Amino acid sequence: MALLEVKDLKVRVEEREILHGLTLTVNEGEVHAIMGPNGSGKSTLSHVIAGKPGYEVTDGQILFRGEDLLEMEPEERAAKGVFLAFQYPVEIPGVATMNFLRTALNAQRKARGEDEYSTPDFLKKVREVSKSLNIPQDMLKRGVNVGFSGGEKKRNEVLQMALFEPSLCILDEMDSGLDIDALRIAADGVNALRSPGRAMIVITHYQRLLNYIVPDFVHVMSKGRVVKSGDKELALELEASGYAQFEDAA
Amino acid sequence: MNVAVAKTGKGRAVSDLFASAEGRLPGSPDVIAVRREAFESYERLGLPHRRIEEWKYTDLRALVGEVLPLAATPDAAALKRAADAVKAHAVDGACKLVLVDGVFAAELSDVKALAAEAGFKTLPEVLDKDAGLLKTASTDAVIALNAALATDGVVLSIADGAQLSAPIQIIHIATAASASAFTRSQVSVGKGARVTIVETFVAAEAGAYQVNDAVIVSVGDNADVAHIRLMDDAPDAVNVTSQFVTVGANVKFNFFNMTTGAAVSRLQGFITLAGEGSELSANGVNLLKKTEHGDTTLVVDHAVPNCVSRETFRAVIDDRAHSVFQGRIIVRPDAQKTDGKMMTRALLLSDEAEADNKPELEIFADDVSCGHGATAGALDDSLLFYLKARGLPEKQAQALLIQAFVGEAIEQIADDTLREHVIGIAERWLERRS
Repeated sequence: MALLEVKDLKVRVEEREILHGLTLTVNEGEVHAIMGPNGSGKSTLSHVIAGKPGYEVTDGQILFRGEDLLEMEPEERAAKGVFLAFQYPVEIPGVATMNFLRTALNAQRKARGEDEYSTPDFLKKVREVSKSLNIPQDMLKRGVNVGFSGGEKKRNEVLQMALFEPSLCILDEMDSGLDIDALRIAADGVNALRSPGRAMIVITHYQRLLNYIVPDFVHVMSKGRVVKSGDKELALELEASGYAQFEDAA
Repeated sequence: MNVAVAKTGKGRAVSDLFASAEGRLPGSPDVIAVRREAFESYERLGLPHRRIEEWKYTDLRALVGEVLPLAATPDAAALKRAADAVKAHAVDGACKLVLVDGVFAAELSDVKALAAEAGFKTLPEVLDKDAGLLKTASTDAVIALNAALATDGVVLSIADGAQLSAPIQIIHIATAASASAFTRSQVSVGKGARVTIVETFVAAEAGAYQVNDAVIVSVGDNADVAHIRLMDDAPDAVNVTSQFVTVGANVKFNFFNMTTGAAVSRLQGFITLAGEGSELSANGVNLLKKTEHGDTTLVVDHAVPNCVSRETFRAVIDDRAHSVFQGRIIVRPDAQKTDGKMMTRALLLSDEAEADNKPELEIFADDVSCGHGATAGALDDSLLFYLKARGLPEKQAQALLIQAFVGEAIEQIADDTLREHVIGIAERWLERRS
């Protein structure tokens, strides 16, 4: 059974249809890149998979390990193993990062009927992961993302990914706003999480990110559909020729 | 006397209230005369209503209707229930003074431990000699009623230079339903002294009771005082409390109030900065649900130059509840270099929740820095979605954001144990909500 099956998905925002019948299958262990110009529906797809309100699915299905994802609340999807790394992670003043991480992790474990993490185990795990991502401990005492730089916010997303151990990671424009050094640290963190049991969907406008996170498959989106799929070579072709050919094709 | 005005909403003659209470009221004949005068003042005014500017948003005639008869002196069973409530609500390590249904309960209080740290008398002991404690400059009807009917209270004096390590906690416990308790207390803090006073209002298996409390605080020069009030009453109670504070020079006064119960509540605080170089931090949290009405009214009077006042107020309002914040900063003509700021924010958790914010600046000096700000809004959907996408169910996500919202006021409490105590009360409120 595929990990994620998106079948002929049609999505509206207010009165406008953004996705016009999108189909995508992702198996365990695979890394899929979704590329496309601005407005092609890349972020909409990631939001609909994560369960963000404000999107109306008018047709099609999203199955996660065969279960209907669209019937689940966002927190149920998270507990099942769906993780969206936000393009713009929000700042939450007054909620200490450490408290947030522990509350979220234990909420997911509780939903799965697992025991809550003990405090020493939790702290040990956070320390390990944050060290590998070059996240200083004092950052974890601050409000979630409050006063973090763009790079720190993205690393905080990767930190959560490492802690929650999801089976599907969706990285929405992870490279936006990052300089090359920040991008490399975040990408190294992501690469360390690649495993046979975990799939990733890497959404990006630019090929650059895919030099660091090398995908197994590349899909080109245009005007709310996948218009071409291929291997990593497709990303290089796009870099050379641009998206214009596909805009016409769509 | 105008008899028509002297009737309550339900037609009972208010003078019956005093007549029936008179035998219970402590004080010399002179004191009783002061009480009668105060009662006559209340009779003329009646319960405050919306046409009185200070009570515009809290119309006690409409919300409360009538004043209930005095609660009986607590019997053994009532004291037993109160003892359980003391256990449940005591601050760790605090020196406790307990008032049950408006009567001081020595057997539940730590009088001996207190004696080493502070001078202590009960209100009746003081009123044997002097009616001064019943007199305030206020013309407010509920304060007059308190002067008329106060049955008990604690009178504390902290010596110059005394450094009290443990907080003094005054615990007001209601055990009698459909009855009222009137208390009046005084705290005099000597020069250079340091003390924390906590006042807790709770019920022990009682409902529909009424509390009318007044506390008069004077703070000597160079003192450091934290004063924390926790109004955690039964959901159908009424609690109107009045607080008068006079602050000397170079004082740090940290005031905090949190309301987490009562159908109708009002804290009215009148704080006068009467000595130069003092810093006032006055903060509050209202956590209201169902049809609760919670009013915090603070008047900060900068009477002298060179004082700083900071007010941070947060209201979380669910269902059809109604929160009122009235904050007035007065800067007298001589009070140059005053620095006064007030910020109030309301979080509306339902479409029918209501917040009234009324900031007022009355500035008569020309070299001052004063400001106020007020906001009202709902929880941020993008923050809620982020938390849900990380696995938190809706109510838990809301609770985390609500805690962060009120945290901005609660974190002004410096003492770790007390701050945790207050956070615990807020968390229990959130649990009752979910």
